[in-house]
Order: sequence, then structure tokens, then C-alpha cells
Amino acid sequence: MTTGGGKSGESGESGMTVLRYLMWTVFAAALIVVLTYALPPFRTYQLATVGAYLCVTAGLTVLTGLNGQLSLGHGALMATGAYTVALVQDGLAGRGQWTLLVSVLAAIGTTTVVGGVVGLAAARLRGPYLAGLTLAVAVVVPAVASTWDETFNSDQGLSVVLDPPPGTVPFERWQAWLAWAGALVTMVALTVLVRGRFGREMRAVRDDETAARLAGVSVGRTQVLAFVVSAACAGLGGALFAVLAQSVSPGAFPLSLSLFLLMAIVIGGLGSLAGALWGAVLLVALPAVAHSVTEGIDAQRLEGNLPLALFGLTLIVVMLAAPGGIASLRPFRRPFARLRRKT
Amino acid sequence: MRRFWTALTVLALAAATTACSDGGGGGSGGNTPGVTDTDILVGTHMPLTGPAAAGYSKIAPATRAYFDYVNANGGVHGRKITYKIMDDTYNPATTQQVVRELVLQDKVFAILNGLGTATHTGVLDFLRTNRVPDLFVASGSRSWNQPDKYPGTFGFNVDYTVEGKILATHVKQDQAGKKVCFLGQDDDFGRDFLAGVEKVLGPVAAKQSYVTSNPNVGPQLGALKQAGCQVVMLATVPGFTALSLGTAAKIGFRPQFVVSQVGADISTLTRQLGPAARLTEGLVSANYLPLSTDDANPWIQLFKKVNTQHNGTAEFDNNVVYGMAVGYLFVQSLQTAGKNLTRDALIAAVEKGGFQGAGFAPLRFSSSNHSGYGGEQLTRVQGGKQAYFGDVLETDDGDGAVRAYRTPPAAPPANGIPAAA
Amino acid sequence: MDRFVFLTFDGLSRGAVYAAFALALVLIWRATRIVNFAQGAMAVATAYAGYSVSAATGSYWLGFGVAVLAGIVLGTVTERVVMRFVDHSSPLNEVVVALGLVLVIQGVLGMIYGNEFRPAAAPFSRDAFTVGGVALLSRFDLFVFAAVGAVVAALALLFTRTDTGLRMRASAFAPDVSRLLGVNVGGMLTLGWALAAAVGSLAGMLVLPTELGLHPNAMDIVFVSSFTAAVVGGLDSAVGSVVGGLVVGLLLSYVSGYLGATVAPIAVLVLLVVVLLGRPGGLFGRSAARAV
Repeated sequence: MTTGGGKSGESGESGMTVLRYLMWTVFAAALIVVLTYALPPFRTYQLATVGAYLCVTAGLTVLTGLNGQLSLGHGALMATGAYTVALVQDGLAGRGQWTLLVSVLAAIGTTTVVGGVVGLAAARLRGPYLAGLTLAVAVVVPAVASTWDETFNSDQGLSVVLDPPPGTVPFERWQAWLAWAGALVTMVALTVLVRGRFGREMRAVRDDETAARLAGVSVGRTQVLAFVVSAACAGLGGALFAVLAQSVSPGAFPLSLSLFLLMAIVIGGLGSLAGALWGAVLLVALPAVAHSVTEGIDAQRLEGNLPLALFGLTLIVVMLAAPGGIASLRPFRRPFARLRRKT
Repeated sequence: MRRFWTALTVLALAAATTACSDGGGGGSGGNTPGVTDTDILVGTHMPLTGPAAAGYSKIAPATRAYFDYVNANGGVHGRKITYKIMDDTYNPATTQQVVRELVLQDKVFAILNGLGTATHTGVLDFLRTNRVPDLFVASGSRSWNQPDKYPGTFGFNVDYTVEGKILATHVKQDQAGKKVCFLGQDDDFGRDFLAGVEKVLGPVAAKQSYVTSNPNVGPQLGALKQAGCQVVMLATVPGFTALSLGTAAKIGFRPQFVVSQVGADISTLTRQLGPAARLTEGLVSANYLPLSTDDANPWIQLFKKVNTQHNGTAEFDNNVVYGMAVGYLFVQSLQTAGKNLTRDALIAAVEKGGFQGAGFAPLRFSSSNHSGYGGEQLTRVQGGKQAYFGDVLETDDGDGAVRAYRTPPAAPPANGIPAAA
Repeated sequence: MDRFVFLTFDGLSRGAVYAAFALALVLIWRATRIVNFAQGAMAVATAYAGYSVSAATGSYWLGFGVAVLAGIVLGTVTERVVMRFVDHSSPLNEVVVALGLVLVIQGVLGMIYGNEFRPAAAPFSRDAFTVGGVALLSRFDLFVFAAVGAVVAALALLFTRTDTGLRMRASAFAPDVSRLLGVNVGGMLTLGWALAAAVGSLAGMLVLPTELGLHPNAMDIVFVSSFTAAVVGGLDSAVGSVVGGLVVGLLLSYVSGYLGATVAPIAVLVLLVVVLLGRPGGLFGRSAARAV
């Protein structure tokens, strides 16, 4: 069912490993900070968007790639996180920068609960039936927003109250820091989780439920837990989206968002966290590239339509040329293989 | 894990490369972004693809065509206008991206005619923070008229409450004693429109709403039929106007339909209804711009000429008229702002007021009023053609009366380009 | 009571068109074991072809025939040119390719026809017969019922009474064994795609006159409702998809009529949860979803 990710159960959680994760994380954080100073504001904003998407794609690839559960409803989980941030920020407006942390934690909490409920139902379902249920979750967002419109303000949505960034930091740089702080925490947490016992259990359930059960793994519990973890990541991603857009509305979380998330993790490389990063980058870069490639062509009906067709064509071609996703391509696969330390 | 960091490094290198290559950004000759001695760069966001694109996707190209016409005749104060159109598919998240690209990357001088209430609401704060003029938003929401909160944002369309009041006044006079009902979109469009209607008529006999994600209005129209409605006021987008007319006919329900200008463009309806186009007969609506079918109108003659010369002879309908009217009003603002063009000068020019543009309803821009056209004239479909009747009516979005507006419409200048003030 | 009768008939006529399209999804699921997310876009593309022909010749039925024929061609081409080369180790690869196809088709249709609504004419009157002032069904609704019934019967015959149907099912469930037994598995897959696309096109011609009109995205929402219908009924059962379609249609009509249109998607979600928790394989699915 999947590629990649399967070879990572080799190391135990020794102190060495933790130290290594820490080192890499600091290195990555430094890289991001440098980038936010080197890039012009719009590129910084795009970088921030990649960070927010990465939280979601990383969680989704663990669920779908490592646990074998398909979800077409992650857009709705993002909306849950985003709306929570909007409501909590509004309630705590004007009390200082710390409220953002509270809002984001609240967003993760709410989404975890919602994810648990969906996960309980999902654990009984397989294949297209799971797809059907999660699809219905994805399209329910505008209905919820209109039915309880005193709270969610219908199609209009809510604006997100944000304090200005500390000091003289430009807004886009501040947003990029916030988004990547979330993304790096997600990546480290998921890496630890995936490499541990829980990761092995998830893969065991994905590969053969009966065998997993015989080995003493609780299939239902593992599946629900995987859904909850993935939902929490989506909630964090959605919360960061609210921070980036400074507004939330149902139109920002359409069914196509959920489908694009799925495309991103498959094209990036299903089940691999590196693939999740590639996917997040593609979500931001591919539409923009398709647009700029066609910019010189000035004909009425091509506008908008040509980029759309190019985007679709790219998806098909990549899928045919690299069925394991970008992360499985040779140049990106273990370029430091010889330097690799055996642990 | 390691592959992740590898990927991150590769991407960082790629990002750094692009950073070096596009550091310059848009043309910045002087201090004002997007303005050089020879060019003005302006941007917009519109749905060009997706379900919301119907009709709307023709507006921005028409505006651009008018700018091309102006450019071909020497431009504004010697500057040529470039209009960058970004497709946001009516998704507010995409609007965020494309507007930031226009402002931060392309460094546009202003955002013109950004379309949609939910989409444009999301970028108001960003545009204010970056002090970008946000002119003539394509939506009838009242949000654009908040000069204290958003000093750079100006409306264009008649707002939905004003429209509801004007149409309800007609119903009150012309259909006195009839049972009046309402079907509207479940957002600000429907709500503001209904608020205007009820200011004039009091509570309606029955009200129903629809959502764009459920294209079946059978249950709603069935309820209105059973309630015995004789007049149905619609706050619907064109697709749902056509659907409502078709569904009503299907169940043998034939009330008088009174429709918001948003969803009453006869050519759009006719195109969509096809052989059932006769259902539009008798439909009452209102508008504030010349109708595309009025060949005797000097504005229509001008816009048709521009359409032939610069718009690839796109099918000439009210969306094209709308787009060109926006372009005209923008050029008029630029002319008034003068040779020394800055963002503040542009906003001051619009607030100075005195513009009429191609519309015949009052336009009362001032430092305390940023709303669009303040009135409308009623239209009726007769023999398959939409035509104006009665006086031009004006009112406000509060409790003000609906009055006749007698100032005659402006005529376009001979060369079709507004003169410098 | 009048209201209830009206909403029931409104729901049945909606449900019939969902059922029609759900049948196409069931067909391709039985023949290839994938859910074709591009089915809606493919149906729209062939409907454009059909209506172009209708407009040029003035004959609705000629256009109808062209649309179904175009479906067969498009299905065959999609399988032969694209789907055949997709790596099948993960079913998600096919889903992503199908989604890519959706974007390509919608982009190309937008380039050719523009993103405007065009009229989708119906061959029969859509004015409903009224009994005692309550609108019931129109001639067109009856035509839809008849067409759906005919397709169900034809599919039942194909899959249960013919060798070809048996080979198609065998190829879908056990391609390797079928190949060893001498079944032309590739040919069966192509046939499955062609037939499913043809049924999809036929459904499109039935659905579009009841929607906003012809538009590159016209089937997006129909796809969601019909997929829901197929899941409720059970993806392996043609009868199930018809029942599922009618259930979804009725539910949407009752909820919109009594509670308001905005609540409808929530009701659909509740329906799915209730049905699938009781029967994880849909109403008509064999409940073998869990192994232990």
C-alpha cells in the first residue's frame, strides 16, 4: 500500500537520538530564520503558508500512509482549528501576545475532540466507505457556519484579532516564525511517535489487521489514536491558517482543499515526512508557477483555465513518472547514505 | 527524518535563489509603489474559474479593455495603465494569497474592483496596514463604507439594503395589497436586501433562503406557493434566479418576480434558461448603469466601440458594461489625482467627489461616505428585452425616504476619456 | 399533508437523478475496484459535446446519442492512455490521477466554452402534473425513472447473466488468477471504463436539465450527493445505489422543506453515520468489511 517510511523502525529512543533531533531542529529553525531575512515579504508569506500546510500534510501522511486510513475531511478539521482561534482570540482580545498560544492550544484541543469522534466512526469503515463518510464531513463546514450563524457568521466568516508583532518585526516575518514553530514542533513530535511503538503498531494494522490482532495490537484503538493525532496536527495547521489570513470563512475550506491535501501527500510521497514537506511546498508553489508560466498569454478564455489545466496535467505526469512520489526519487533519497551512521 | 532535512535544505537553496532573482519587484521609479513616469500598475482579484465564475469572469477583461483604449490614446498624464487580473476562484484563502502577491511582490499601486463580499472582507485589514488604495469593490455589502476603519476602501455597487428599499417601494405602489414573500441567499446579500425590503413593507408574509451548495430550490418555492405568495422578491445570484424561475414554472407557481440587480441580468438569464427564456417576461428589477441593449445610449456606443477594438469582440452584455464603467471611473479618479500621482492623492481625489461616471444614480463620495452608487432605476422585461421605466430613485441604507433623483446623467466626452480636472 | 406529498415527490425526482449517476460509480467500482473521482467531469465533457451537436443539428436525441457515444470513447481513452500506466500498488495513486483529470477537463472546457452557464435542455416538459393543487411529477421525471430502471436492469443482466459480466467481476477482484484462467484482464478493464463512462454520460444528460445549467463544474455537487448515495446503498449493489439515491433525495427535500436548506448537509452526514455504523458496507453491501 505504501512506500517509504517503512524503514524507520531501526533506532531505539536513546539519549543520543533525542540529542540528534534537538540538533536538527535547532538547525532547521536557524535556516528558517535566515530565510525570513533573505526573502522578500511575499516569499516569506509563502514560506509561512508552507509551514502551516506542513502541519496538516504531516499529520495526514501518518494517518493515510502509515495507518492506511483515508481521510477526505481534513479541510473540515482545519476549519475547526481556525474557527477556534478566531473565537478565542476575539474573546481574549487586547490582553497581550500570550493569548495566541492559548488560542492555538484551544484549537488543537477542540480538533482533537472532533477528530476523536470522527475517528471512532472511521475505525469501523474501510476504503470507499471511509472516503464517503469523511467526504460528508468535508462538505458540512458551510452548513455548520450558516446553521449557527450567531457564532460563526455564516458565509461571511469571522476576522481574527491579532496583536501586532513584537518590536519592529514585519508582519510576514512574524507569521513565518509562528507557522514554522508549529511545523517544527509537529515534525519532531510525529518523528518520535512514528519511530516508537505506536508507529510500529500503526504499520502493523495497515499491513494486516488480523496479524496485528494476533500480535496483541488493539486495531480499533490504534486506528482511533492515529485519527486523533492526525486531527490534532490538522487543527494546529488550521489555527496557523487563521493567523496567516487574519480571517476565517467557510469558503476558505472547500472540499477541494481536502482533496488537494490528499494529492499533496501522495505526490510528495505517501507515508514519509519528507514527502509531506514536498507536498506542502507543491500546494503553494504549483498553482503559482502554473499561473506565472501562462502569464504572457493574453487571451480571454485561457486566463485562469490554462493554469488549471496545467496544474492537473502536472499531477498526472508526476504520478505516472514517480508513482512513489517526489520523496522516492533517486536524487532525494538518502543523498548522504554513505555518511550514514549505523545506530 | 534525515530525508526531511535534506528536502528542507534543497528547498531553502531554491528559495534563496528565487530571492536573488526577483529581489527587484515591480516598477518603482519614485516613492509610490506601482507608479513610474510611464506606467501605472493596478491589480484585482476575481473568480475566473470555478462555479462562481459565470458572468463575473467577463468583468475584469472588460475593465482592462477600457484601459487599453485609454493607453492607445495617450494614457493618463502620459502613463499607461497595466491591469493585473488574479483568479481567486471565489475562495477567500486564495484571495489572501493573490492580493498579497499583488501588493508585496508586484507592488501594485492600487487594488481595483476586487470581487465578492466574503473574499474581499478578508483582505481589508491587510490592505489598510499596507496603505493600499482599495477602490470600487465589486459587491453591495455595506462593509466598504467604513471610512474611519478602512480609509482607503470605496464601494461601487448599490448596496443591498438601498436596493431592497427601492424595489420594495415599487412593490408597495404597484402591487398594493398583494401578499409579498422573499427568497434569498443565506448571507449578507440576502439579509441586507431583506432588511431593506422590511424597512418599507414591514415583515414579509413568508421568507425562504437557499445555499449555493444545494442547487434545488423546489422545497423553498413549494413553501412560498402554499403560503399563497403573489409577489416574490429574490436576492439571488443569476444561476439561482434562473433556477427559481424554472422551478416555479415546474410546480405551476406564477407570482410577480422582483429581483435584485445582482441576479437580474437578462442576457445571463436568457443564456442559461435557453428555450425557457420566456419565463423572464414581466420580471422587475433595477440598475444604475446603462443597459447593454440600449444602442441609443452614448455610453453604450462608446463601450461597444472599445469592446470591438480591445476586447476581442467579447459578447457584449451588462457584465462588460459594468467592467468598462469601473475602468472609466478609475481613469476619472486618476485624472483628478493629477500628474504627481501618489496613493494619498488618489484617495483625496476620490473623496473630493463630483464624479458621476457612466451611472445615472448619485455617487456621493466624500471623506465620510465611501459607499457606491446611491440609487437605481427600475427595469422590466417586456418582449424579451429589459428596459427602464419610471424615475431614478435614491435613498440611504437607514430609515431615509425613497425619493426621485432628477440630476440628468453625464454624457461621455467625445474621445471617450475623462478629461483632467 | 399537501406539503409532505409535495416534498416527497420533489425528493423522489431529485433522488432519481442521483441514483442515475450513482449507478455509474457502482459500475466502475465493480469493474475496476476504484472510485472514479473524474466521473463527474467526464460526464460534463460529454454533455458539452452532446449539446453542441444538438445545437448544430436541432435534434435533442442526436445530441443525446453523441453524448453517450462520447462517453464510451472518453472512458476507453482514459483507461488506455492514462489509467493503464498508473502504479496500482496504492489505490490513492488512481485517485490522484483522477483528480488531476478533473482539473484538466475543467480547464479545457473553460477554454473552449467559457465558464458561463449554458442551457441544458430537457427532451420532455419539466412542468409537473398537479393533483389538487399539489405538484407531483413531470414528464421528464418519468423519463428519468424509466431510464434509471432500464440501466439497473441492463447492469443486472450484464453482471449476473453474461460471461462478459462474470469476466469483468473476476478481473476486478482477482486480476492475477483471472489472467491465468485466460481472461483478457486489460480488455475487461477497458470495457469497464467505457461502460461506466457511458452510463455516467447518460446520467449527466438526465441530471443537467435539473441543475443550474451546463458549466465545467456542473457535476461537482452532484458527484458528492451521488457518491453519498452509492455509499449509503453499498458500492457493490446497483439496486443499493438506486435506493441510496432516493433516500438521499428524499432526505434533502424533507430537511430543506421543514428545517431549511442550510441544514441539509448536516442531515446527510448524520444519515451516513447512522447507516454506516449499522452496516459498514452500506445498506445492500455484504457485511464482510471486518475480517475478525
